[in-house]
Amino acid sequence: MIEQELKMIPAREPPKMAVGTIAWLRGNLFTGPLGTAAILLIIYGLILTVPPLVQWLFLDATWFGASSEACDREGACWAFITARLDQFIYGFYPSEEYWRPNLFFAQLAVLVGWLSIKSTPWKKWVLGYSLVIMPVVSWFLLYGDIFGLAKVDTHQWGGLMLTLLLALCGMIASLPFGVLLALGRRSDMPVIRSLCTAYIELWRGVPLITVLFMASVMLPLFMPVEVSFDKLLRAMIGIIMFQSAYMAEVVRGGLQAIPKGQFEAFDSLGLSYWQGMIMIVLPQAMRLVIPGVVNTFIALFKDTSLVLVIGLFDLLAIIQAGLNDPKWLGNSIEGYLFAGFVFWIFCFGMSKYSQRLEQQLHQGH
Amino acid sequence: MLKSLSSLKKVAVLGAFAAAGFAQVASASTTLESVKEKGYLSCGVSTGLAGFSNPDDKGIWNGLDVDVCRAVAAATLKDASKVKFVPLNAKERFTALQSGEIDVLSRNTTWTLTRDASLGLNFTGVSYYDGQGFMVKKGLGVKSAKDLDGASVCIQAGTTTELNLADYFRTNGMEYQPVVFDTSDGTAKGFDAGRCDVLTSDQSQLYALRTRLTKPDAAVVLPDVISKEPLGPLVRQGDDLWFNIVKWSLAAMINAEELGLSSENITAKKESTDPGVRRLLGIDGPKGKGINLDDEWALRIIEQVGNYDEVFQRNVGVDSPLQIDRGLNALWSDGGILYAPPFR
Amino acid sequence: MSDPEGASINNTSSGPVNRLLNSILLLWRDASIRPLIMQAVVVLLVVAMGAWVINNTMNNLETRGISTGFDFLSQEAGFGILQSLVEYDESHSYGRTFTVGILNTLLVSVLGIFFATVLGFLMGVARLSPNWLLARLSSVFIETFRNIPLLLQIFFWYFAVLAALPHPRQSYALGDALFLNLRGFFFPKPVMEQGLSAVFISCLVAVGLALFLRYKHRKQRVETGKGISGAPYLMAALIVGIPAITWWLSGATMTFDMPELKGFNFRGGLSIIPELGALLLALTIYTAAFIAEVVRAGIESVQKGQKEAAASLGLKPGKTLSLVVIPQAMKVIVPPLTNQYLNLAKNSSLATAIGYPDLVNVFAGTTLNQTGQAVEVIAMTMAVYLTISLSVSLLMNIYNKRVALIER
Repeated sequence: MIEQELKMIPAREPPKMAVGTIAWLRGNLFTGPLGTAAILLIIYGLILTVPPLVQWLFLDATWFGASSEACDREGACWAFITARLDQFIYGFYPSEEYWRPNLFFAQLAVLVGWLSIKSTPWKKWVLGYSLVIMPVVSWFLLYGDIFGLAKVDTHQWGGLMLTLLLALCGMIASLPFGVLLALGRRSDMPVIRSLCTAYIELWRGVPLITVLFMASVMLPLFMPVEVSFDKLLRAMIGIIMFQSAYMAEVVRGGLQAIPKGQFEAFDSLGLSYWQGMIMIVLPQAMRLVIPGVVNTFIALFKDTSLVLVIGLFDLLAIIQAGLNDPKWLGNSIEGYLFAGFVFWIFCFGMSKYSQRLEQQLHQGH
Repeated sequence: MLKSLSSLKKVAVLGAFAAAGFAQVASASTTLESVKEKGYLSCGVSTGLAGFSNPDDKGIWNGLDVDVCRAVAAATLKDASKVKFVPLNAKERFTALQSGEIDVLSRNTTWTLTRDASLGLNFTGVSYYDGQGFMVKKGLGVKSAKDLDGASVCIQAGTTTELNLADYFRTNGMEYQPVVFDTSDGTAKGFDAGRCDVLTSDQSQLYALRTRLTKPDAAVVLPDVISKEPLGPLVRQGDDLWFNIVKWSLAAMINAEELGLSSENITAKKESTDPGVRRLLGIDGPKGKGINLDDEWALRIIEQVGNYDEVFQRNVGVDSPLQIDRGLNALWSDGGILYAPPFR
Repeated sequence: MSDPEGASINNTSSGPVNRLLNSILLLWRDASIRPLIMQAVVVLLVVAMGAWVINNTMNNLETRGISTGFDFLSQEAGFGILQSLVEYDESHSYGRTFTVGILNTLLVSVLGIFFATVLGFLMGVARLSPNWLLARLSSVFIETFRNIPLLLQIFFWYFAVLAALPHPRQSYALGDALFLNLRGFFFPKPVMEQGLSAVFISCLVAVGLALFLRYKHRKQRVETGKGISGAPYLMAALIVGIPAITWWLSGATMTFDMPELKGFNFRGGLSIIPELGALLLALTIYTAAFIAEVVRAGIESVQKGQKEAAASLGLKPGKTLSLVVIPQAMKVIVPPLTNQYLNLAKNSSLATAIGYPDLVNVFAGTTLNQTGQAVEVIAMTMAVYLTISLSVSLLMNIYNKRVALIER
């Protein structure tokens, strides 16, 4: 008996039309006559718009100069941005003190990097520092009037620095209130539950712009005559009250995701409500809500641009103020594009980060 | 429990901020004392109006309204630079003064009965005589405000302008479309873009806004003036000393112009024998005691800020971008109506 | 909260003070009473804080001579408003400006919600399209517009719109009826004349009949597998035919009020002001970017098997999407979609930045300034937004219940 060697027949080449560039094109671009027509139309549109745009944005642009006169009108006038960049970043902060905001930015960058990179040690301590000590340190660093630092009043703050400060402060300060409100909304005590629910729904139901109006016009009326608030502080109070409600809803989402068994477990261990919450439930819940927190932070970051309606010079407002300079007339498009670009960089980066976290969370379960 | 905790926390947070000097609890009883204690004058100005109050590239405020505050600082704190400028929009200006956030409001604000009587504030005088006018593009061929029937009008929200405008068109039986912006800057942009045919505002502002147009020469301010708008600084009611200080700081600048004193010749004039000059400089006469200031307060205003004419020319005069004539704002002796009470 | 100190007091106590403390501690430890005490304390604190604020406010208002109350609502407003859905001029009251503001806010919100939903669904579906370029483009659209502040987009569109349009004298015109220029888009306004009410009523009747036919058609299709043949054509015939016949029979006439260039501007006709256009554009694009993400998440939540099953039944991709995927995705889509609708309504308050006369611009802006009654005006404004938010939530909850019930 001849032992026939059993051999696999080698796989046949797939048909030419099913692999390679052509197949990819057929499968992903030119799907049927209608798809092909649509694609051709889109490509035509892109050809029409993209090259002139690139030409205007980069090739023909003027990058440096002392006034609008330096720009020929063929391309974008980025000279407006470069000449006033300091002001857009630091507001009216005195230029000899720029190292202080720079230090603040550097600190922020280090903390954010530390917390978002996976393998760094002492995460807990760094997080604690960012949430509790960092705001205080930053405050004294920027305001001064201590340790021989010159005092820089809040009305000199502005630009990107102010935008970041408002968003960060609103975020960090609303975190504890948000947690308390979320716990309150899930509490067994009807009075507390309804009070917290009412608070949350009230602030979520009104636009931030009216909250800011309220903070700037009505808050002084609510306080005794002798107490007066800085305008920046009033805006911050408004933002914190508003943001707490949104934060509460995010945290509530996290609390709801914690299985009931966890609550029963700490109860049966004899832990009190607060002990159980702080040691068992919240640590688990907070991990779940990080993506949500980042998302509300993005929303808040964008919303801080509204402070211009109450006369604070955030990034957008200071660019608008710059547009009024007789030396720099006619640069609105460049100004708005720049503001949009800066906001976009921050928000896009953060949203990618939160998406990554979300995916990690989903893998974990 | 939760709520109490959260409100406790709120109090704690507020307290922390207060300790940091963020919120101020006024301890001094009079405005002058509190200004001296703080070491600076807190002055409300507009968020940006060329010629009146505008921050430059370096964030230094310039303008006529700004210089009025500088004068008060020179008188009270001996240093015209010790002013904290608080930019305010039309909506917040009165609340800011009422609540004590600022010591003086110098934000091209029109002196009216309602504002004097029902806001708890007092106007201390007139720093600029203004009137509401119209600006149009030359191409429209409009010669008078009476030709404006059916026009779209750009105006700033929350001002007396809005009401004057409505009154004017109503009494003349004309129609109009109001395009209302939050800021004077918005009105200028809207007008520039052609959203409206006419821009209405106080005449001084019209000149200021004209400098912001892409083609300032293509726009013209119509001769019609439809209202009286005396602009001046305000203080809170109930502090007569402070009221007097602000009132007389302004009067010192006007009197200085009348007596021919300016920041340039002031050193030479210290030796003057003119009794009027000697009284203003605090060498003779009432000096500073009556308003709790030292004797050289007016001298310092002239030295550090200048007389009214210097301030006017520097900020809004014919050589500035605004190119405004003295007109009504000339001294009473030069055909205007600027008239300050004498130093006696 | 356990308290070891309490235990020692408990053992050694004898005096009346200690006995009192003791009984309080007992009460505190009673699991049924402690929450009651805590709630009472909270209520007291909240009430005390409220009273403190109200007291301060009253004091402040009085010492500053600011008038209070709602009398101002009946006073003459004395300022003009650019766009009003109800009759309004300078002689109307401040109360009327409130109504005008609410209506303008509602107008832009409703239109914005409609357009944002349409664009958002298109973009969401396009992002999952097998067509690579289409999916990329829609993803660029989404990532660009949802990461830039809305206020910035409003400014941008407003000045872009203004820059693109011509002066009234050089309007883009379509015949003598439609005009587009810097002051807006002008179109003829139909003027009702006698007999037209009959036509109007017949329209309603026709739509009612058509809906009834549709119901019958569906019912028959479910029962027998075959609907009434030619039902769509019948419906169209009903809707067009009945009013046309009534019109012809009644001999009603309808004229149009044509826009016409007079002096500076067009007069007559109806118009859409550029502020509304720009605001609508910005709100639509911004919200659509978010809705697209919501729709994508909804579609992705539908199991793949459903799509494959539909395909194996021979449904075309378009039908699969509209008959199988979207209906199931709706229950995932609706709650976040509601949030987006609420956001849009709240975001419409940014109108004030470009001068569209919405509630915040007209009422919390000009009226507040002229009257100086900040507390009343801001409170009324907030109440309106709160009402809008709560009622939209309510409506969408009802809809959500209906969608959710279909689940098997």
